[in-house]
Amino acid sequence: MQDSGISVLFMGSNFLRLLEGLWVTLRISLIAVILSIPLGILFGMFMTLKNPISKAVSRVYLEFIRIMPQLVLLFIAYFGVTRAFGWNLSADASAIIVFVLWGTAEMGDLVRGALISIPKHQYDSASALGMTKIQTFIYVVVPQTMRRLIPLTINLTTRMIKTTSLVVLIGMTEVLKVGKQIIDANRFEYPTAALWIYGVIFLLYFLACWPISILAKKLEKRWR
Amino acid sequence: MENIQLQVSGLIKRFGTETVLNGIDLSVRKGEVVVVLGPSGCGKSTLLRCMNGLEPKSAGTILLDGEEVTSDSKKIAQLRQKIGMVFQSYDLFPHKNIMDNITLAPVKVQKRSKKEVEQDAERLLKRVGLWEKRKAYPRELSGGQKQRVAIIRALCMNPEVMLFDEVTAALDPEMVREVLDVILELAESGMTMVIVTHEMQFARAIADRIIFLDNGKIVENSPPELFFTNPQTQRAKDFLQTFAYEKRRTAIN
Repeated sequence: MQDSGISVLFMGSNFLRLLEGLWVTLRISLIAVILSIPLGILFGMFMTLKNPISKAVSRVYLEFIRIMPQLVLLFIAYFGVTRAFGWNLSADASAIIVFVLWGTAEMGDLVRGALISIPKHQYDSASALGMTKIQTFIYVVVPQTMRRLIPLTINLTTRMIKTTSLVVLIGMTEVLKVGKQIIDANRFEYPTAALWIYGVIFLLYFLACWPISILAKKLEKRWR
Repeated sequence: MENIQLQVSGLIKRFGTETVLNGIDLSVRKGEVVVVLGPSGCGKSTLLRCMNGLEPKSAGTILLDGEEVTSDSKKIAQLRQKIGMVFQSYDLFPHKNIMDNITLAPVKVQKRSKKEVEQDAERLLKRVGLWEKRKAYPRELSGGQKQRVAIIRALCMNPEVMLFDEVTAALDPEMVREVLDVILELAESGMTMVIVTHEMQFARAIADRIIFLDNGKIVENSPPELFFTNPQTQRAKDFLQTFAYEKRRTAIN
């Protein structure tokens, strides 16, 4: 076991460094998710308005974010905006801004889809029972929308966690970057380290996303 | 004519350039059961939807207990507590169980205590034989059961008038009966009702008066015996003939 790659993991503070890298990933994605969900809900409601101007504005925003690869958005925020306006945005802040913009757009479209999937006769029967528009929204529309949104939101959250690995390219040292550094430093002594380190990173990602999936399953079961 | 509960005068409803209701005059007395018949697309459902303000009217007036049915959203929500409506589609709230479906509006809209409403619900559910299903969700019920719950849900608001919009049209034939029996029982209890239906036997049995609608106008307004045995207009004759024809075909099969 002397030259097994796994021992690299326990040398010095390697494992701790990996965890620190994971924290960078999780912190950015958590902040982005926590901000994106409420903003996305508002944006989704905004998108269902019948006003042609609000429709056009949201359409342009959504399509822009969707068409642009996240990497390009990151570069625009970190290099482009900094240059153009002379703002000194940290990599951290740029990443969070980009992921919130992206998450809001995606979440908004999910909310819009869930809202318009509530059949018209649900609104009719609520009105016929004397409920006001606000009461209908709170007691009839929102609970049904929530149930439809859970699996979609979980999917988006895990996607955001995974996509944060892109922040490497604007100079942030997240878990994948730390892994690469460890592998490079031990390339000659432990050639098999790559397999182990990447294996551990896979496991870390799994451990980060798995509880979210479990939570989703529980909620879905309870809310059927 | 005393005791008018629902008064429709000069009602006109247009969708775009199409005139669906073209000058409807109709008054419903307290405790009266009016059945609206007519070929599909003649505006029967629209008439009902106008009566409780789900469809804003283009012209005319509708008075419920002397109060105007407006499209002012606050006032209409108030008014709708007096006028229950049951639809063709099973329109229970899928995320709530049967009991919660029934109690939601009385508790949230009328601010009544949940206990009191549940007592009402219990009495009504027992009467239609669905008390055992109070904890079930709508998806676990048959169409006929869901429709009976929808009727109870409307009744728990203690309405003065009930509107039924083709409530059996989407049901399997053997479930039609259980729903119509509930409505018949309601009629006996003296509830004012306006019913749109395609069940001719039922219409004949329950109606105090038949309104025959064609092309957005009331063509006949007569007692059921007269309407079914001796319709006054050719259009009503033709309409009734279509049902006779259908009957002959099923007999051959």
